[in-house]
Amino acid sequence: MKLKPETEVRIDEVITHYPVKRSATLPLLHLIQEDIGYIPDEAIPWIAAKLELQPINVYEVVTFYPMFRRKPIGRRHIKVCRTLSCALQGGYKTCAALEKEFNTHLGEVSPDGEVTIDFVECLASCGTAPVVMIDDELHVQVDVAKAKQLADQIKADATRRA
Amino acid sequence: MPAPVQRRLIFEHIDEPGYTNDLACYQQHGGYAVLRQAVTRKPEELIDEVKKSGLRGRGGAGFPCGVKWGLVDRKSGKPIYLIVNADESEPGTFKDRSIIHQDPHQLIEGTMISCFANNVQQAYIYIRGEMPHGARILEKAIAEARAANLVGPNILGTGYSCEIYVHRGAGAYICGEETGLIESLEGKRANPRIKPPYFPAVLGLYQCPTIVNNVETLCHVKHIVAMGGEAYGKIGTPGNTGTRIFCVSGHVQRPGYYEFEAGRITLGQLVNEVCGGPLPGRTLKAVIPGGSSAKILRFGERFKGKRKVGVEMVDYDWGVEDVPMDFDSLAMIGTMGGSGGVIVMDDTVNMVEALANINAFYAHESCGQCTPCREGSLWMKRITTRMVLGQARTEDAALLKGVADQIPGRTICAFGEACSWPTQSFLAKFGDEFKGYAEAKKTAKPAEAAPLI
Repeated sequence: MKLKPETEVRIDEVITHYPVKRSATLPLLHLIQEDIGYIPDEAIPWIAAKLELQPINVYEVVTFYPMFRRKPIGRRHIKVCRTLSCALQGGYKTCAALEKEFNTHLGEVSPDGEVTIDFVECLASCGTAPVVMIDDELHVQVDVAKAKQLADQIKADATRRA
Repeated sequence: MPAPVQRRLIFEHIDEPGYTNDLACYQQHGGYAVLRQAVTRKPEELIDEVKKSGLRGRGGAGFPCGVKWGLVDRKSGKPIYLIVNADESEPGTFKDRSIIHQDPHQLIEGTMISCFANNVQQAYIYIRGEMPHGARILEKAIAEARAANLVGPNILGTGYSCEIYVHRGAGAYICGEETGLIESLEGKRANPRIKPPYFPAVLGLYQCPTIVNNVETLCHVKHIVAMGGEAYGKIGTPGNTGTRIFCVSGHVQRPGYYEFEAGRITLGQLVNEVCGGPLPGRTLKAVIPGGSSAKILRFGERFKGKRKVGVEMVDYDWGVEDVPMDFDSLAMIGTMGGSGGVIVMDDTVNMVEALANINAFYAHESCGQCTPCREGSLWMKRITTRMVLGQARTEDAALLKGVADQIPGRTICAFGEACSWPTQSFLAKFGDEFKGYAEAKKTAKPAEAAPLI
């Protein structure tokens, strides 16, 4: 497993935050996912060795927490909130509009490789529903029109890079 | 009666133009003065102030904070840990996010005062994984506070040392349950622990005594120490002291967060006056008053009984609009104040569909440890989803109730209650809608109705 040098530094630092190494399991998984984009198979025994655990101890954590991914996703990760307050304000329509914009289905990488859309549970910004997170950025009051705008922006960025 | 004016204690600077989340700005507004003064006092005095204040936890259960601190095993010789529960994930709740993003030093000051009072030398802030910005803001704020000798070794030259680290969750709602959170912080699946024997105050993080407090609760501690427990206890109403932040979402004109003295505002004042009432042309149908697991209330129903006012017992006869928004009054009418998340639904909403949405949430979030909850939440989701997307039968209402009634009281943690209360209360309040859903599906819906599942 090839990690960036700065990721390795942060991994060694974060382990010192805890009196028991096992506590660093979630932080290490986050750091590896941020670096590689997902949790590859070899990350599991690697973390286990680093934290003096059995691979099963890491594997059971990876499979429990929804945020950890086992395969690569699109270049941008779009999370649409599905839960009640957002749904009441049209979250399902927002999600469908985004799927259509990128010609993709939930959980899949879009044909152009640009995005993966997930329908997730409450993002704790119910007063500004419907909300959408694109990578680390929260977007509020994303109705169908605003969803189209956001999609256009992502597509424009992609064209600029090409 | 007109709604009272907001009393912003915790949210004093939230959304204030020009107010930034750095240390300099916080200190210009008097920040850390309370901590500076607190570290010159005896820790027991500070605990006493919190006890006198009557502060109740703002995470959902409303457990008295002073009592929680009082239960901590201080004779074990083991270190005492404090964990800030910043895993805000109860649907309808969005208060902690604002504190973390806009006023992180208020949280750090409250945390440090609480740590000093309880002789804690290591604190962790467990923040939801979906708040990466919040985690970075907190880390930056802690670094600033450490550089100013307000966190870390030998704080303000007192010889007292305490470190704070930020720990990110990874998308599991159950981590808001304190023993699940502790398991998660230990690097495991967030399966809640059984109590007894695993009361956090005795056998918490790494089997050491541990205090788990909500973000807002710890911010209140700062204000309690600043003004004194007795003075704080005069804000609000007896038994429900201090201020309360309400997060209103759903079908009102002005959703958002509002802070009032606890128990001084009614549900009707909050929804109709403060939040502007229903959208044009609509009427209010139902409201969930304390996060999605709180039992639903139907506009038009009435609650009657006797309640204690001072020393006397008086009769009450309330509509939904008349209910004071405090822990005790909401408990009295069979629901709860919970986390302060108020979700309002108007007449475009079909209750079967709304419940299907809530059930999908709980089925997704059950940790899977106890069979009644794992299987029950899944079956409630499957039944309500089938009713909406497939075939609905009149006997589904009885079937749903049969499943829901077998969950509460039979699980390790309160998730069993949380996932069954919506189904039980929706059926109790809107039973006809469930029985008649097959027929109702044949008629056209209002144009504004949003799909919920």
